Amino acid sequence: MIKLENISFDHCIKCTVCTIYCPVAQATHLFPGPKQSGPDAERLRIKNPELVDASLKYCTNCKRCEIACPSDVKIAEIIQNAKWKYVKVHWFRPRDFFMSRTDLVGGLATIFSGLTNFIINLKIMKVLMHLFLKIPYRRTFPAYQRGTFTRLYKKKIMKSQKGYDKRAVFYHGCFVNYNNHSLGEDLIKVMNALGYGVDLVKEKCCGVPLIANGYIEKAKKNAQYNIGSLGKTGDAVIVSTSSSCSFALMHEYPSFLELDNSSYIDRLDYITKFIYDEFTAGNIPQMKPVGIRAAYHSPCHLERMGGVIYTLGVLKMIPGLDLVVMNSECCGIAGTYGFKSENYEISQGVGQNLFRLIEKAEPEFVVTDCETCTMQIEMNTKYKVLHPVTLIAMALEEKNEGKR
Amino acid sequence: MNRIETDVIIIGGGATGAGTARDLSMRGLRCVLIEKNDIASGTTGRNHGLLHSGARYAVKDHESAHECMRENKTLRKIAWHCIEDTGGLFVTLPEDDPGYHRLLLEGCRYAGIPAKEISIRKALQLEPNLNPGILSAMTVPDGTIDPFRLTSSNMLDAKERGAIILTHTRVSSILKEGSKVSGVSCITKNGDVIEVMAPVIINAAGVWGQEVCAMADIKLPMFPSKGSMLIIDYRINGVVVNRCRPPADGDIIVPGDTVSLIGTTSKEIPYDKIDDYTIDDDEIDILLSDGEKLIPNVKNTRALRAYCGVRPLVAVSGEAEGRNISRGIVLIDHKERDGLDGLITISGGKLMTYRLMAEKTSDLACKKLGVKKKCKTHKVPLPGSESRFSSGRTVKRFSGIPDSVVGSTFYRHGQRLRNIMTGEKKNYRLICECEMVTEGEIEYAIKKLDVKDLVDLRRRTRIGMGPCQGELCAYRGAGLFHEYGGTTPEGSVELLHDFLEERWKGIRPVLWGDGLRESEFTYWIYQGLFGLSHVNNKKKKKG
Repeated sequence: MIKLENISFDHCIKCTVCTIYCPVAQATHLFPGPKQSGPDAERLRIKNPELVDASLKYCTNCKRCEIACPSDVKIAEIIQNAKWKYVKVHWFRPRDFFMSRTDLVGGLATIFSGLTNFIINLKIMKVLMHLFLKIPYRRTFPAYQRGTFTRLYKKKIMKSQKGYDKRAVFYHGCFVNYNNHSLGEDLIKVMNALGYGVDLVKEKCCGVPLIANGYIEKAKKNAQYNIGSLGKTGDAVIVSTSSSCSFALMHEYPSFLELDNSSYIDRLDYITKFIYDEFTAGNIPQMKPVGIRAAYHSPCHLERMGGVIYTLGVLKMIPGLDLVVMNSECCGIAGTYGFKSENYEISQGVGQNLFRLIEKAEPEFVVTDCETCTMQIEMNTKYKVLHPVTLIAMALEEKNEGKR
Repeated sequence: MNRIETDVIIIGGGATGAGTARDLSMRGLRCVLIEKNDIASGTTGRNHGLLHSGARYAVKDHESAHECMRENKTLRKIAWHCIEDTGGLFVTLPEDDPGYHRLLLEGCRYAGIPAKEISIRKALQLEPNLNPGILSAMTVPDGTIDPFRLTSSNMLDAKERGAIILTHTRVSSILKEGSKVSGVSCITKNGDVIEVMAPVIINAAGVWGQEVCAMADIKLPMFPSKGSMLIIDYRINGVVVNRCRPPADGDIIVPGDTVSLIGTTSKEIPYDKIDDYTIDDDEIDILLSDGEKLIPNVKNTRALRAYCGVRPLVAVSGEAEGRNISRGIVLIDHKERDGLDGLITISGGKLMTYRLMAEKTSDLACKKLGVKKKCKTHKVPLPGSESRFSSGRTVKRFSGIPDSVVGSTFYRHGQRLRNIMTGEKKNYRLICECEMVTEGEIEYAIKKLDVKDLVDLRRRTRIGMGPCQGELCAYRGAGLFHEYGGTTPEGSVELLHDFLEERWKGIRPVLWGDGLRESEFTYWIYQGLFGLSHVNNKKKKKG
């Protein structure tokens, strides 16, 4: 018998709304849905841990079930917990190990970025990875950039940030650090325009891929490191351009990893919330019309933390932006989930609705907050995907003609 | 009119009746079991399902304690699929008399119960949800036993050995020839009259035995004592937790299948109230507050339902209170007591000693019939418990079906899982999502286990016993009666209605919090969407 502490499943009234909203349950019959895998099965698992179902692995942890639940049951959390507490997993999982260490792999890949990008996109390499690592052949990988964003910041940007009184700490996350420096530069541009100087602090991967792959202890270590590092930033505001990273920093640390993040929780915001607050307080920089038609896709984790409304608020204040807000649909990639052969079909199946919506909207660009959503949409549609911050940066820029 | 000739008639389909039917069939006798409702629908199915170690009686009633311990060992062998070896704890709370602990240990030693004193830290390791403020703890070989499964598999075995089981059939009169009984006349649910002729009649009707005896013009005053229990949404404890004090209200929490039960109260009731299962508010208050003292989590948890049973205690004059009456076995040969040959009454006792009671009764019946055969029920395992294999291995055999479904079905039917879990599609279709009951299991129950309505089905499969109390499974189950049970569509709707009414009876006493929200939702579905009260109105008009 285990000590029963998290008993939110007791509030479930079996209304099954969560299963209706579960993108995975819609895409495959292999996953019985959050109600059955979460609150229903939890009673059975308490009775006898042997009654755990292998189908738990199909949960993408998109947390749409938690948004749908009218009884405040922490469904996704229950499933995540059960997945790693009851299902026996083999200790030797090289793919999951490397896939979840985004900072380790990223750090290595950026040293010889050109070579890495060339090799991982070779057909023979893809076949080998498909066969031996079970990474789907058809998946395109994000390109690695040369050097890290941290190095770039130290070399070129740091000096220019001295002149601002108001300070902001930028939690850049792995994607900006290794794959997309320009988003980081855009953020600094926007923050500077709002009158904030941007600092970087030492940080590690937020832990989302670690949690998704069952390395809970490692995730806790990373979280403690980040809490220590971010906690020592005085009263500077902290922003992040990744919706999933901010979700982890704000909500997963205290509830799932059971760590105290009160040292920074009041100062940390996902970037659009921060910008929205500044804009509504009257701090609006000069912006020129961008003249773009864009379709907005809301990432699941941003929805879970209630951040979509701020992103939309900010986007609507950009002059000359013709915004199509698409129905809320999961793109299906769910971080590392879609990078695994066993999930590939489901991942693509989940995304179909969204891809159809995008085609129908006929935009010039797609806008979304999440980096893995970006990968999925760029792979499956012909459109380039932009971050809201990039759009603002485009509106700020004098010379830019909207070609990025 | 139908007429059946047989050797022995058993009235009452509780554990004792079913056990006796099995015992007699094993000795090669023909028998007919008549039950006015469904198997285990009386006192057998209305207790906390504790596999007693006997420690509860060790201080006052050494004989009962010893009996319990012996039967405990036997049942673990012959009915392992109805039993879970959870282990038990006796814990002393700060407000309890600390001296009782010693007394109990000594009593257990005397009765041969392997009780062992353990440290508080160890007790908390064993059961982390226990109140950390306890003063002392000891382990006893308690466990849990499912009365429905136990009775059902006894019945199944008797049937497979040639016994006839008539459920939903009421005995209307006992036929006599001079000073000997010659049979009974009974009426089925549909109103058909059946005459069953036999030289021996066993009255195993428990507390309703008084009525049976009255049909033979014999006075057998019963002393009905009501015990109420509370079911908690999920297992809040893995080990049976007893309170170490003289037997009183609300002193035990038993984990039973997916739920936990807080038991029990004891209240004397007049005989005409035995079919009226109402639970008083003060009983619920006692159970909740005392349960919380043992396991603090009780206060955060949803109470699923409350129910009560009536103990079949034969009154001995001068006894003042229910708890003080001996719960020993009462076997009456009415030839000696009242001069009526052929009628035997078996009463008293406990679920734990059902097999022993059946053995004693069968011995007497055999003596009357001049049959010299020995009892084998303590050696031959029940259907479902034939041979031992771990559930993990079973699960692997049916790897296509989710482990939780296979595991739950195995838990309910033991080895008979093989008759249910085939690769067919119906085994993938879940009917009850709380307790993982598939269409295949329901088909098996309807066809093989004497199921006549949804309430019976619940006793065989746990359908509707989860937190939703029939919200999502009841209508699906009703539909399957049409498919497998040959019920008309209108008949299925009526079954659905009766089932929901039966569930409601148990929910009503604990209607607050999440349980209330759940009930509201159920009401919206069945009344708002399906308009089910229409059936009720129609019924009233007919009546």
